[in-house]
Amino acid sequence: MKEVVRQCSLVVRKELLHLWRGKARLVATGAFAFANLVVFSFAGGLHGEAMRTNAAGFLWVGILLASTLALGESFRVEVQNQALEAMVLLPVHPAAIFYGKAIGNFVLLSLVGAVMVPCSIVLFDAVPVGGLGRLFLTIPFGAAAISAPGTMHAALSCRARSRDVLLPLLLFPLVVPGLVAAVQATQLCFLGDAMGEYGSWLTVLAAYCVVQWGLGGLLFSHIVEE
Amino acid sequence: MTLGMRVSGGVAVLLWVLGMAAGLTLAPPEEHMSDLVRIMFVHVPVAWAAMATFTVALVASVGWLATHRWGWDHLLDASLEVGVLLGVLLSVQGSVWGYPTWGTWWTWDPRLTSVAVMVLSFLGILALRAFVDEPEKRASWSAAASILAWGSVPFTYFCVKVMNSLHQKQTPWGAMHPDMLKALLLNTATITLLTVWMLMARYQLARTELRRELGT
Amino acid sequence: MAPPAIATAGAGRRFIGRWAVRGVTLAVPQGAFLLVYGPNGAGKTTLLRLMGSALAPNEGTVSLFGGEAAPARSRVALLTHADGHYDELSGRENLEQAKALGGLRGSVDEVLVRVGLHLRARDPVRQYSAGMRKRLAFARLLLKEPELALFDEPYAALDEEGHTVVDALFQELHARGTTVVVSTHQVARVSALCTHHAELCAGQLVAFGPGAPARSRQGVRAAGSLGEPSAEGP
Repeated sequence: MKEVVRQCSLVVRKELLHLWRGKARLVATGAFAFANLVVFSFAGGLHGEAMRTNAAGFLWVGILLASTLALGESFRVEVQNQALEAMVLLPVHPAAIFYGKAIGNFVLLSLVGAVMVPCSIVLFDAVPVGGLGRLFLTIPFGAAAISAPGTMHAALSCRARSRDVLLPLLLFPLVVPGLVAAVQATQLCFLGDAMGEYGSWLTVLAAYCVVQWGLGGLLFSHIVEE
Repeated sequence: MTLGMRVSGGVAVLLWVLGMAAGLTLAPPEEHMSDLVRIMFVHVPVAWAAMATFTVALVASVGWLATHRWGWDHLLDASLEVGVLLGVLLSVQGSVWGYPTWGTWWTWDPRLTSVAVMVLSFLGILALRAFVDEPEKRASWSAAASILAWGSVPFTYFCVKVMNSLHQKQTPWGAMHPDMLKALLLNTATITLLTVWMLMARYQLARTELRRELGT
Repeated sequence: MAPPAIATAGAGRRFIGRWAVRGVTLAVPQGAFLLVYGPNGAGKTTLLRLMGSALAPNEGTVSLFGGEAAPARSRVALLTHADGHYDELSGRENLEQAKALGGLRGSVDEVLVRVGLHLRARDPVRQYSAGMRKRLAFARLLLKEPELALFDEPYAALDEEGHTVVDALFQELHARGTTVVVSTHQVARVSALCTHHAELCAGQLVAFGPGAPARSRQGVRAAGSLGEPSAEGP
């Protein structure tokens, strides 16, 4: 157990180092998320009121779309020279690899999300009457809800044929429960929380995260082991 | 196809005709929905069968990961496909019923949406199976993905109870007209039997496919 | 008596219905130097990957040091054409990461000097040539100080100086008592060292025994192969 935690922290370090080296990729992912927000504003019919109401949904769908790029890339480097296999043979515990990579993706998505918050406030004229602090609290929870199942399915799809189609096809339906909760919680931050529902949505979101992070650690060995 | 499968298939079809007749004639119309209620006699059994089939997929996945016996993978293959078929049927029936009742073919109601999500989750796994060539990897990967996707089954079931949905809540058995209950039970038995029959047929097909693939 | 480093019994592995290797039964004692040879597509890479527990057999068994293959991973190192490097990290960072993750004993500086990469260790692997990548893979393997070292096409992509480095390395590992398995077309280069030989043809083990392969057979094989590419598929 202690060894798994130690290896996991090293994998996280490697992920962050990669993230830092590939700053251009980080910026590109953020730019893609931003481009999504801009495109969505056309879908909202450019009506101020409609935009404000939908701001939370736009924000999360933008992050979700950008996540497929980031997740795919995070496993491309593992598969390219079979570095993933080299890690398994070292031997590194599969759960350590899963949690390390999932935490790395979580950090990346949280960063992208945190940058998208002011962007959506400005673009959709959505002043967070429910509290800016809560909004920034929701972001990491939502990022965690995407990154654990995303890491699982990126690991699967990166070694299958047609991987670019496969990842969103597998990931999107799977994250719907988490995404619904994240959007609801974020909407309450944007539009105000008169009924005090924020806590229960955040609980739903957290429960979803616990299930996904738990299952991922259990199942990952079956994906990387021959 | 074995004799047993032919006989059970014949019995299932016969029961199916009886069930349809019972649903259309024996059961009385309902006070608010009149004859529209009759869709319940296929809709409820198909919903039950779809969720049960996806649960079979969960069991098969765990079975494969624990034992690596091919039988579990054949069962997983069968239950994924039959489950998706039933899920699509379920959505179509809901749509057919929804138009005269709610005045729309589709509405973004929690129940309808959650069923769509459930079907899509497993449809993605069928795609995954199509894109992985090595039988062992295909089995392990789709089993892991199915375990994750199964979460959408209880999510769908409890959606109606928890969220504010246009969809009917589950009706308690006791509150139903006895003839309605009879028709419903008959149809549930029939569709369950048909589902089991499809699973068995698909299982045999999966076994044959794998044998051909492995060249044994 | 010490259990054999590698013992396979009827081991077979298929890829999408084609058997790459089938029915291989052999036992390699600890400290042996095994040469694996055979034409392209004979299943050499698959056999080495089975021995290195990178692949699980579809039938039969592979055991390492008298036990199951996977738990012995910390004692085994495998070098294949897929080098396992991260292109964005430098050579040194790749090695340091492997050392930390695997809790390896070797010294990063020493192995870098040993493979002649110490001057370029700070460059990202992305800028390395194929031969340098190979050298880095050697460094990584040495870092692990394995009891069983498996080399698939060790000479591929290396220059003449690299070949001498590898020759010296094999001698050193063998002298240290490491069990070495080498799959190569350069049969003559290693036949002086080898204590055992195994010949594969179309996935079958056609010859296995102590000593170097017989001269005559090599001649036949060399005549039958024209300009063989250095690396091959699974």
